[in-house]
Amino acid sequence: MANQDQQQPLVEIRNLSFSHGSRKIFDGVDIDIHAGGVTAIMGPSGTGKTTLLRLIGGQLRPQTGTILVDGEDVTRIRRGRLYQLRKRMGMLFQNGALLTDMSVFDNVAYPLREHTRLPESMVRDLVLMKLEAVGLRGARDLLPSQLSGGMARRVALARAIALDPMMILYDEPFTGQDPISMGVLVRLIRLLNDSIGLTSIVVSHDIAETAAIADYIYLLSGGKVVAQGTSAELERSDSAWAQQFLQGLADGPVPFHYPARDYAEDLLTPSSVAAAARG
Amino acid sequence: MDWLQALGRRGLGVFERLGRASVLLFNIIGGLHTLVPRPALVTYQVFSVGVLSLVIIVVSGLFVGMVLGLQGYNTLVDFGAEESLGVVVALSLVRELGPVVTALLFAGRAGSALTAEIGLMKATEQLSAMEMMAVDPVRRVLAPRFLAGFVSMPLLAAIFSAVGVTGGYFVGVGLLGVDEGAYWSQMQDRVDLYDDIMNGVVKSLVFGAVATWIAVFEGYDAVPTSEGVSRATTRTVVQTALAVLALDFILTALMFGEY
Repeated sequence: MANQDQQQPLVEIRNLSFSHGSRKIFDGVDIDIHAGGVTAIMGPSGTGKTTLLRLIGGQLRPQTGTILVDGEDVTRIRRGRLYQLRKRMGMLFQNGALLTDMSVFDNVAYPLREHTRLPESMVRDLVLMKLEAVGLRGARDLLPSQLSGGMARRVALARAIALDPMMILYDEPFTGQDPISMGVLVRLIRLLNDSIGLTSIVVSHDIAETAAIADYIYLLSGGKVVAQGTSAELERSDSAWAQQFLQGLADGPVPFHYPARDYAEDLLTPSSVAAAARG
Repeated sequence: MDWLQALGRRGLGVFERLGRASVLLFNIIGGLHTLVPRPALVTYQVFSVGVLSLVIIVVSGLFVGMVLGLQGYNTLVDFGAEESLGVVVALSLVRELGPVVTALLFAGRAGSALTAEIGLMKATEQLSAMEMMAVDPVRRVLAPRFLAGFVSMPLLAAIFSAVGVTGGYFVGVGLLGVDEGAYWSQMQDRVDLYDDIMNGVVKSLVFGAVATWIAVFEGYDAVPTSEGVSRATTRTVVQTALAVLALDFILTALMFGEY
């Protein structure tokens, strides 16, 4: 995007630090999410990508830093305001997180029934429109247990857009999908973003799929942003870390080996000797 | 000194959980008013924790009453007082066995189900998803279940006692030949509405609140894994049983203690 720096971002994260117990997950992270685009947050497993979405949604509070969402700081906001703000955000959980005791139709109708007083006939029309958008109008009477993983995610997507939010947070949307449902999801995320004017944040480690739809990419590792840019910029990046991640190299700045003492020394030490040495 | 440290850590853990449970109870009670415009949420839960527990309550009540009839008769007949069998059966049931055994059965039948359901909703991120849809799971999921347990328990205990009295009648009058008129009239005469029945109702209200509180807290606080949910379910049953029996002693001392 050429106008990255000109407009006020929809989500502005500044100097974010978050620790879980003694483990530091984020250490001074700055991220801007621009309205109308698809922004990808990528990084290896365990870098706290999902935690970042929960922080943006206000489900977790960071130790330091600010997270402005549409001008409101979700780290300090009061609960009532936060719930108002959440009505304008949708979140797609990794496994869909559909309510298992109700049908596909009722799941999509759920936010409408909870937050609006629309007559049932209008709820029905809206639900069918959302289900049509994800191609599952015919599955409205199924229960979540009867859906495949990809279908469950599409229903969850229909539910996430039920209230016409300004922004959708996708948590690992491509994990564990077959090539067809992967393709469907990739297309849906881009299509929905452009057709109803959403802002999308996609957390993922599937490089090819994410790079295909993302306008801007942040690479996270070790609690910091290690590289950022469009996918073309990242490919040309001289960051060794970015190159290792994008090309899927086994060894590099992220070592193949878990830290251990010297291999030869380890092998030549009999376990009884080691035990005696310790004890 | 390690054991002292461990003891301290355990003690702190217990108080921390108690604190979290109290905050949750406070939030649940604070959210009860949101159920007023949506009574269907509560009636559905009354069905699932109350009506679906009826079979076990009725069958257990019948057998407990029949055993009371047998045991009571065997003791009373030595003193030629078998006519008082109705009183013995009724008082044992409405004062003690009705509320207590109902609460124990409730913990096993409904409490464990509540914990497992809420724990699994947490493990499958359904509670998180609700939060992100700006729906408070404490109000939407926990509050109706808590209210339903609180309302169902005294009703279940009353049904348990009524069926138990009938079971005692079958054994005492039908099998052992106690006079039918004496069975019922002595019961009417000696069972007091306030001292006996209302005290039993108060007990089962307290048990209902505590049993459901433990069940929803354990589910909501469960570690969101299959092992965590299974541990939470076990804890619900064990802790409810202990809490009910301990509270029963305290309430009995307060209600019937002569000092």
